[in-house]
Order: sequence, then C-alpha cells, then structure tokens
Amino acid sequence: MRVALFLTCVNDTLYPETGRSVVKLLTRLGVEVDFPMAQTCCGQAHYNTGYRHEAEPLARHFSDVFGEYEAIVTPSGSCGAMVRELYPRMGERARAEGRGGGLAATLAPVVPKTYELTEFLVDVLGVTDVGAYYPHTVTYHPTCHGLRGLGLGDRPRRLLQAVRGLELVELPGAEECCGFGGTFALKNADVSAAMGADKVRNAASTGAEVLCAADNSCLMHIGGTMTRLKAGIRPVHIAEILASTEEEPAV
Amino acid sequence: MNGTFVGMPAFPQAAREAVADATLRGNLRHATHTIRAKRAKAVAEVSDWAELREAGKRIKDHTLRHLDRYLVQLEESVTAAGGTVHWAADAEEANRIVARLVKETGESEVVKVKSMATQEIGLNEALLEEGIHAYETDLAELIVQLGKDRPSHILVPAIHRNRGEIRDIFRQEMGEWGRAAPEGLTDTPAELAEAARLHLREKFLRARVGVSGANFMVAETGTLVVVESEGNGRMCLTLPETLISVVGIEKIVPTWRDLEVFLQTLPRSSTAERMNPYTSTWTGTTDGDGPRTFHLVLLDNGRTDTLADEVGRQALRCIRCSACLNVCPVYERAGGHAYGSVYPGPIGAILSPQLRGTQSEIDASLPYASSLCGACYEVCPVAIDIPEVLVHLRERVVEGGPVVRDGNRVVLKPAKGHAAERAAMRAARWAFARPGALRTGQRLASRTRRLHPRTLPGPGKAWSASRDLPAVPAEPFRDWWQRTNGGNTGEGSAK
Repeated sequence: MRVALFLTCVNDTLYPETGRSVVKLLTRLGVEVDFPMAQTCCGQAHYNTGYRHEAEPLARHFSDVFGEYEAIVTPSGSCGAMVRELYPRMGERARAEGRGGGLAATLAPVVPKTYELTEFLVDVLGVTDVGAYYPHTVTYHPTCHGLRGLGLGDRPRRLLQAVRGLELVELPGAEECCGFGGTFALKNADVSAAMGADKVRNAASTGAEVLCAADNSCLMHIGGTMTRLKAGIRPVHIAEILASTEEEPAV
Repeated sequence: MNGTFVGMPAFPQAAREAVADATLRGNLRHATHTIRAKRAKAVAEVSDWAELREAGKRIKDHTLRHLDRYLVQLEESVTAAGGTVHWAADAEEANRIVARLVKETGESEVVKVKSMATQEIGLNEALLEEGIHAYETDLAELIVQLGKDRPSHILVPAIHRNRGEIRDIFRQEMGEWGRAAPEGLTDTPAELAEAARLHLREKFLRARVGVSGANFMVAETGTLVVVESEGNGRMCLTLPETLISVVGIEKIVPTWRDLEVFLQTLPRSSTAERMNPYTSTWTGTTDGDGPRTFHLVLLDNGRTDTLADEVGRQALRCIRCSACLNVCPVYERAGGHAYGSVYPGPIGAILSPQLRGTQSEIDASLPYASSLCGACYEVCPVAIDIPEVLVHLRERVVEGGPVVRDGNRVVLKPAKGHAAERAAMRAARWAFARPGALRTGQRLASRTRRLHPRTLPGPGKAWSASRDLPAVPAEPFRDWWQRTNGGNTGEGSAK
C-alpha cells in the first residue's frame, strides 16, 4: 500500500522528528510512504481565524497535491479534522455564495481518504500492537479536534497500551481543552495560559515522565508551558512512541 | 441598580481580570465541575438521548422556518383564550409597552419570574425610570439584584458568589428592600434559603402585577410554559391580578406534543434533574383562577435579523439550558461578566454579536472567546454547532459582508484592528501556495536558529509571556526527506 504523508506545515518546520517517526513506523508495518514535496498547509489557521476565502486556495492546493494517492495520513488531529470536516463545509459555503459546486467537487476526493495516524493504524491497517517498545510512564491527552472532530475514541489508548515497557496512567480532566486553539493562544493569551497551566498541573500530578498527544500544535503550547513552569514532565508525539523499538529506542 | 453591560471592554481585557481573581476562579471551577458531572450522569440515563437531541433540533428548525405562520397562530390562540398580544420590534418598544401596562394598573411595583428576555432588554432599569420597582424573586437573581451586581450565568446568575459573600449581601442589603435578614444569619444553605423565603413571601403576597418570560409558547393553544425549580415562578404566575409575559419570538413550539421532547432535555441539560420541580402552564385567563388580565409581549430585538443568516440562525434553537457554559473551559476561567451580555459563555458568544451586531468592541471580540474545543456542541441538547457559528462570525468581523440589520440588507465593512492580522494571513497564504517560498522561510529559520530570542517582542509577547518557544530544528523535515531520499540513505535512516 502506498500512502502520502501529509505532515502539516507545523511538523515540517518545527517537529521533523515526528515526521521521521511516522515514516519509520509505517515502513516497519509494510506501508510505502511518499512525501509529496509540493505540500504546504491545509489552511486551518486561516479558516478558523475567519479567513475562509484565504483558506480556499490552500485547500485547492492540498487537493492538487494529494488527490492521486490511495490514502493520506497525517499525524495531526486538527489538520485531519480540517480536511475531513471543514473542506466539505467550505465547498457548501462557496455554493451558498452562488459560486457553484466547483470548490466542493475539487475537494471531495481528498476528504474520505484522509486519515489521522492512529485511525489509519487501527482502522485501515487493523493493528493495535505496532511492535513498539518505550520503557516510560506516559499519560495521554486527547486533543479536542481528534477527540470531538474526528472521533478518535480509544484508538490512541489502545495503541499505547500495546507498547511494551510503557505504563499508561490516566490524566485527570483529560478531555478538557489545553487552551491552545490556534490564534486563540494569542488573542486570548490570559485565558489560554490559565487553561495550559491547569492542563500541565493535571499532567504533573500523574507522576508520568511523558505527556503524549497526537497533535504537535497542542504539544507546542503544553510543552512551552511545562518548561516555563518547570513541571518535570515532557511532551512527546504519539508517533515517536509508536516508532520507538528496542533496537532503535526513542530518546 | 447597576445591572447593565453597556460600554464593556473587549473580551480579552475583561477576562484578564477574572483570570487573576483566585476567589472567582475557585467559585467557578467548583460550581461548573459539579454541575458538569451531574449533567453527564443525568444524560447518560436516557437511552434515546441522541434521538431526543435530533428531534429537538428538527422541531426548532421547522418552527423557525415557518415562524411567520406560527406567530400568527399563537396570537390568535392567545387572543381567543382571553389574553392580549403586543408586538415589540426592539428593547425600547418592549420596555415602553410593559411600563404602560403596569401604569394602567395603577401599581408601582411588580414581582418577577426569572427571565432572560427581560434581562436582555434591561426592563428593570427602564421600569425604575418610570417609577416602578421590579423585584426579582428567583434566589440567584435576588442575590444579584441585592448586590447591585450583574448576572454571570444563564441558569445560576450568582454562580460567581460563594456562600459567605451571599450571607454578607443578605445581611447588608435585605433591609433596604423589605424584610431584613434574620439576626445572626450564617452561611449555611438552609439558613440562606429561609432568609430569602421570608423576604420574598412578603413581596409575593403584596404584588398585584407579575412579570415573566417563558421557556416555551405553544402555538396551537396559546399556552405559555415556565420551567423552574424554586416555586417562586408559580407564585408570580398565579397570585397577581395582572400577568405580563415578555417572550422572544423564537420560543414557539407548534404543539403540546413537541413539549415532550424539551421537557426531557431541558431539565437534564440545565440542572441535571430528571424533571424540574415546577412546570407552570397557562392559557390566556380563567375566571376565578389566577391573573384576571394577561398580556403577552412578543419580542424581536434582533431575532429576525439573526434568522436571515443561514449559518447563524441555528443560535435561535437555544432553550437557555446553560449546559454549554458549564462545560466551557473559557467560561470557567473568564467568568460570565467578561462576555458583556446577559448571555455569557459559548451561546452568548454567538448570540450577542448576532442580536446586537458586531459593531461594538465587545461584540466584535466575542467570536474569538473560544479555543474551538467543541465541548459546547457536544452537550447542546438542540445540537447548535457553536464552533461553526463562531468561525462564521469571525469571518463577518474580519471580512465584513452582507447581513440583515433592523430588517434591512446592509453590507458590513471589515472591522478595524485586524489590518496586521489580515496582512499576515495573506502573506501566509501566498507563501503556502508556493512550496519553494515555504522552504526558503523554513531554511532561514533553521539557519538563524541560534539567534532566536527566548522571548518575543510585540504581539509575540502574548505567546512568550507564559510559554517557552519551541526550538527550531537544524533542518526541516522536507530537507531531511530529500537529503536521505525518504530515509533510505544517509544519517537518520528511517529504514
């Protein structure tokens, strides 16, 4: 099976290790991974800040770049939700504005074949034990767009529970938002920071070494808060845990 | 009383003070988490909750689609049952009608059932200007009124107060308004409730005019419905000689049968009860039983304008249960006052800028008072997709565009204060449409990474004041991918 890695602009620029981990993990599971070099950004930040019309060319570009692949895999719940939930809505809005069904038709092919990483592993490949080894205590934060947008459910937990050496501890208030919210983190910085601090306190209270999530945007905010508060716990993307093996352990 | 929200600062400034107030944070956290857990339990008991939610949504959508017809039917039914219907286009007209109706009775005081519509139009303040005193009889509204405070929650307007604060308000203020608080009043719930009961009973027995809102109006029979917990509503609706109800036009349901859905979903969503203690229904007037005169003031006040917007109109489905407030992480930290409206929380953030327009500073900032986490949509018993409407209203703020105001189609200009953001979004769109430009930017960031400051100047301070910046890696993923041929060769091999 040949799939396209939609890494997302944030991961490409700031978290290349997450990208390398996805490649390593999927390759180990027998999947042929391609990284279309023309990919950029899905347009989520534009759309969610109120610039839907600026997001449209980015969505068209996404469809051009990824339209030919069998499946598109992304290690980001929010970017995955952008494509799956909001691309159809963008098409509908364009139609409602009297611009016809062109945008909807352009975006339609990529919508059903875009998968968040844990969905792809569990639903498409049908695996929960990916042969990983990660001898650490981990707590899991379900990010909002993965949890409520994509409905990832217990998929990430099932994958983590199958990792050898990993002890999974429950995060109090797990389903509460961390306070990132894209431009919300800047526009309502005080509330965002208060939410982040509460999330970090809850994470630290578990005694885990690592807070794991399936979205680096949220982890950027949580991790930045963790180091600022010297919380003694660090953020790690789920792909890096699942890619880790006894032969090549993640640091 | 100091109960208006006029001249509020934008949400972020108002929220900053609330976030810094440890007592308020503690009160809100305790209250919202308690009711949140109770609601989840009450909803989980119902095996067909998803179907009830869908039915509630469809009944409301159907009614809103045919609102013209149902409003006329309601007017005919209420009139036939002995009531009088008045139509108010805006707050001012509604206040004028109520003040005139009260004056015609010769009375100078009224007792009130808790009502969001009369809060929305500032009825108490308007009546006071006409020399009429309006007494709130809901316990929490009484606390707010005595404390010369503003409500901060739809269902629990004094949620920001703890028991000690309430005892102090009762001790200091009750005597000014009527029967004083008993000597040695403590902060135990039973004593506080008894103090309120004694204070209010005097008002119920004296009042000749009652003012209410309504949770529902049944078009087929002209019946109004009030759902409440304390029994004060039943008192106000039955003891006075004249009853005046001010109700938003979106509160109609076509038939009694439709109530079946909402009388299940509303109590469980709001107070986490299977059934609320008091459900009062009345149809016009009945000889020898209850008020002899009944007036219904149908309030528009921006609702028709809201109905004209095909994305935003879903906000009119709201049954004012408050479930969205109780699960909202932003409300929990910012408190209700920061929303600058009688409608706080997620529903307020989409309702206020539609009912009032997005022109004021506070209304233009409300659509951004959310991390779009979606918890509100998940709990909404009429499935209002609040994040969808928030994003839609953000678009209205930054792009402007056609809207309906006061029944007229107008084209809004983009709001001021978004020029730098708009330029940044356009620049980002330009770069993202060109993979080469993105790559150039990434490489520049990587090469200069040792020079990056730990804290950011200007707008970036909003990030770095509370969070460290992520370290920029030595090379972006795409360079690694190309250099190693997809991880097949060289250092960092993925295979």
